[in-house]
Amino acid sequence: MFELSHFSAAVVFAVFASVVFGITQRNTAREMVRYGLYCFVLFVGGVIAAGWVMWLIRR
Amino acid sequence: MASNPDTSSTSTATRFEAPPLTARTVGITALAWLVPGAGHLLQRRWWRGVLLAVSIVAMFVFGILMQGKVYSPNTGDVLDMLGFLGDLGSGALYLVTKAFGLGHSALEIAAADYGTKFIIVAGLLNIISMVDAYDIAIGKKS
Repeated sequence: MFELSHFSAAVVFAVFASVVFGITQRNTAREMVRYGLYCFVLFVGGVIAAGWVMWLIRR
Repeated sequence: MASNPDTSSTSTATRFEAPPLTARTVGITALAWLVPGAGHLLQRRWWRGVLLAVSIVAMFVFGILMQGKVYSPNTGDVLDMLGFLGDLGSGALYLVTKAFGLGHSALEIAAADYGTKFIIVAGLLNIISMVDAYDIAIGKKS
């Protein structure tokens, strides 16, 4: 029906969650954007880091 | 000889007192739960409300399209009960989904597990959004 790869699902998840976190956890527009981007980078960076860790474990 | 620590700062510290519940506050909070983003839109936080609505609704719809599991009220496994509470956080989205029999009651493909998480997290994000709308309504946040 509608299938996303592991990575694209993680990116879509990161986008939506970061938008909500940014808006709800900060007070000014500038801070919201900065915090949203920070969350997005942490989400996606965490996925990539975890992927490399699993690759190293598998070797 | 060491002097006693100054305790006067604790007595002068500002204490947050919860404001009284008003019909407006309760109404905004309830509507924020029922319709994602509505709490912000009602308080004229236009772009915040639209972004919250789009994010939460899109996440929920993606979860349904990915054949995610939609939990029903249950008294079985703890994770199933928590899953139901997470789903319920989506408000009207969950109610409409159950009313029209959308979503799946069991995982049929591996990728559907992602969909299940999308649906639960959409509900949890809506709860965060609802609390934010409440904070704006009581003047704790601009």
